[in-house]
Amino acid sequence: MSSGTVALALIIGIVAVGAVVGFLAGAHRKMDLEQWTVAGRGFGVVLVFLLMAGEVYTTFAFLGASGWVYSRGGPTLYVLAYLTLGYVVSFFILPPLWEAGRQYRLQTQPDFFKARYGNKYLAGLVCVLGMLSFIPYVQLQLTGVGIIVSTASFGSVGRVPAMSVAVVLLVAFVFANGVRAVAWVSVIKDFLILISAVAIGIGIPLVHFGGIGPMFAALIAARPTHLTMPGATAHLGHSWFISTVMLTSLGLYMWPQNFAATFTAKSADTLRRNAVVMPLYTLTLAFIFFAGFATVLIVPGLANGDLALLTVVRQSFPSWFLGIIGGAGALSAMVPASIFILTGATLFAKNLYRPLFAPAMTDEQVARLARSMVIVLGSISLGLAIYGSSTLVSLLLTGYAGVTQFFPGVALGLYWRRAAAPAVLAGMLIGVFTAVVLMSTDRDPVFGLNAGFVALCVNVLIAVVGSMLIPPRDA
Amino acid sequence: MKMPSARALVLALVPFVAMCFSVSLWDRVKPLVLGVPFNLFWLILWILLTPCCMWLAYRVEAGSDVRATEQ
Repeated sequence: MSSGTVALALIIGIVAVGAVVGFLAGAHRKMDLEQWTVAGRGFGVVLVFLLMAGEVYTTFAFLGASGWVYSRGGPTLYVLAYLTLGYVVSFFILPPLWEAGRQYRLQTQPDFFKARYGNKYLAGLVCVLGMLSFIPYVQLQLTGVGIIVSTASFGSVGRVPAMSVAVVLLVAFVFANGVRAVAWVSVIKDFLILISAVAIGIGIPLVHFGGIGPMFAALIAARPTHLTMPGATAHLGHSWFISTVMLTSLGLYMWPQNFAATFTAKSADTLRRNAVVMPLYTLTLAFIFFAGFATVLIVPGLANGDLALLTVVRQSFPSWFLGIIGGAGALSAMVPASIFILTGATLFAKNLYRPLFAPAMTDEQVARLARSMVIVLGSISLGLAIYGSSTLVSLLLTGYAGVTQFFPGVALGLYWRRAAAPAVLAGMLIGVFTAVVLMSTDRDPVFGLNAGFVALCVNVLIAVVGSMLIPPRDA
Repeated sequence: MKMPSARALVLALVPFVAMCFSVSLWDRVKPLVLGVPFNLFWLILWILLTPCCMWLAYRVEAGSDVRATEQ
């Protein structure tokens, strides 16, 4: 067998095992809307951990982080800080959110805004922004599958067939078993990612430099400024680091799919314990950083930094191991893509279609519509991934600045009785507007600060001052 | 909703200070620790220490829950 065949067989085997697990995950359960979207609120610490790890540590996290390390260096360290601190924030936000979820039967993010603020425009805005933010994200995941599988199989599978097979499989298991399938496929994905990350983080420096220490010594000698901020960039210094870490750690659980995962837990205590242990998963990314820094000297001068890691992996490991990494990479794109599609389909059916066009729909009809939307959204994402342009990457960055604008509405809504709908709505609109204007006119960073963070500050100010000006409802 | 206790909030602030606000103090290559640049080592260290802080915060919060139900 040629090296490409060995790798390809392993990739197919791993993806097949993942798909089978996804199909078995919900067997013998009646899939109503509550089971399909939030698994009947029954997940313990282990399944919540795996589901959330599956959502957060995506293909883009691995290829994107190593790509940034390659092309920008030091500023990429923000990734290690914000993921860890995002869980610290979650310790205080998710347990009361879960309580509200149980009390009002919440399944999605707009559900929360509707229950807390009783304002359909606010809920509608959250729904539309959430759906806009997720489409480019799914497209990126699928592009990731294409790159990984075609590289790991030495080009014997093209990008389009690889993406198509991935979409068919993930649409099928999400359609059948909802969020339960995602959590169980994540078991395999997380295990393989852990092995792959440690192996390439230690292996690449060992093969090319004789170890991690000698690798860093060589890098310090060759590129002394690459390891600290602003690294290879002009403006990404310490104030950018602080504002970006603040923005993204507050925003981590504002992504619609991460927010909704809260409701799958069986108790508020589950989420508190989860917040304590989640940071440890970030250690896998530290290994990706070792590998990423190694690529700077091994393959200098690549135009697309995102390809640096895979290029070096292919030079450094036997083909069977490339197959395992390819399979792990494919699953780590399929898991988040499937939860995004599930969340997007539920948002569309429950929070957009029903309130606008068919208020009389039953939950059962909503569930049926959501499941058919999985197929529609899967096809749209595949189309975007095949024909889409790279400008979608900048849409994704706008997405992070966008979803973080939900934070004041969520945090104030949970902890401050006086937080009022008009103030939160105005803050959110102006916050999103500020972020989009600053980013689309190339003013990011502004005065050394992350533009999304500046927008968030404006948002908080409007939401707080506005709420204080509005007389309390029950006074 | 019940406000988190002040002690839990202070414990949660520790990782924020260590990994975010104090960046100017630790964003250095030297001294290398086990061959790893100091800034990267510092963040890896705090990935390990943050669960310790949050475990203490969890104990504090769980304790205040018990007292709240006893009252």
